[in-house]
Amino acid sequence: MEVGQMQRSLVDYTKSLFLEGVLDGQFLQLQQLQDETNPDFVAEVVSLFFEDSQRLLNDLTRTLDQPNVDFKIVDAHVHQLKGSSSSIGAQRVKNSCIAFRNSCEAQNIEGCMRCLQQVKQEYFLAKNKLETLFRLEQQIVAAGGSIPIMELSF
Amino acid sequence: MGMAAAESQFHVLAVDDSVIDRKLIERLLKTSSYQVTTVDSGSKALQFLGLYEEEGDQQTNPPQTPCVSPTNNHHQEVEVNLVITDYCMPGMTGYDLLKKIKESSSLRNIPVVIMSSENVPSRISRCLEEGAEEFFLKPVRLSDLNRLKPHIMKTKIKGQQNLEKLEEESEETQFQSPPPTLPLQEQQQLQQPPQSQPQQQQQEQQTPSNNKRKAMEEGLSPDRTRPRYNGIATLV
Repeated sequence: MEVGQMQRSLVDYTKSLFLEGVLDGQFLQLQQLQDETNPDFVAEVVSLFFEDSQRLLNDLTRTLDQPNVDFKIVDAHVHQLKGSSSSIGAQRVKNSCIAFRNSCEAQNIEGCMRCLQQVKQEYFLAKNKLETLFRLEQQIVAAGGSIPIMELSF
Repeated sequence: MGMAAAESQFHVLAVDDSVIDRKLIERLLKTSSYQVTTVDSGSKALQFLGLYEEEGDQQTNPPQTPCVSPTNNHHQEVEVNLVITDYCMPGMTGYDLLKKIKESSSLRNIPVVIMSSENVPSRISRCLEEGAEEFFLKPVRLSDLNRLKPHIMKTKIKGQQNLEKLEEESEETQFQSPPPTLPLQEQQQLQQPPQSQPQQQQQEQQTPSNNKRKAMEEGLSPDRTRPRYNGIATLV
């Protein structure tokens, strides 16, 4: 595939992530902070997000498996996940965290279990899509092209 | 010489327990040309600011470890022009940190900005009441950072008032001094009678700082000051 075509498909793919609500304007803020002095800034922050989320999802699964669920601990974990997803612009993960916290406040164990599945689903969706996005970028760079700057505004 | 050059002298201490948010705020501040130090807790922030802290006896017990001593020397070595802290942190919250800073005589002039992902009006007003300069909703954006500089400048001016007085005086002596190529003795001679100064230097005396000095000299002359001092004395 020639570079121009790869660049066009990257732009289309990025747009689709915004249209599907996987990403929001905060992701563009991250991209704005990336420059020659910090060429891997977005990928670095996003990989920190993956590590952090994986740890929190494991902790949440364990906490909700206990016979007596400590909703304070659940809420603290969901709060952290909500914060980090919002910081990288993973909008759908963030929104599912908001619903999760409501269930937690109501001390609704079934609701919490459902929300955990929902958050996991949204997290893996965001992870797959972001990995695809970075792969497309790497292919363009490997082919000697430059990453097109997104002109979306929010 | 743009804004960037001026701002790079300013040092911001950023406090957040989330590694992602630390990375983000660090990058935001660096992009805005600030010097940045990040720490992951309120107690580490106080340590960095040179405030010794141990539960129960912060005030009574003098510091044992020199690296966290509360002396002014330590604080000046790593001057912090602004603290930006997350609100929700385990252990010491951003609000606790704000209170500790405002309660400390050596730190209270440092502007503090609180960040929070939750828009809770009572929380915001509580922080502002306690002396926070700003409350940023997370995620913090580049445009938010434009609001930091006025607070830093305000504190700079406050903190430097005494220094400026001294600088003003030394500037005035410079104005009156002939070019530095002249030997010291000659300089002193020229300084004595103002009439003998070159035309250019007399013009420089018209600058505001010199007018101020003139006013001060007048004020110091006994005839004029006496009634004024009396006036003040009766008021007090």
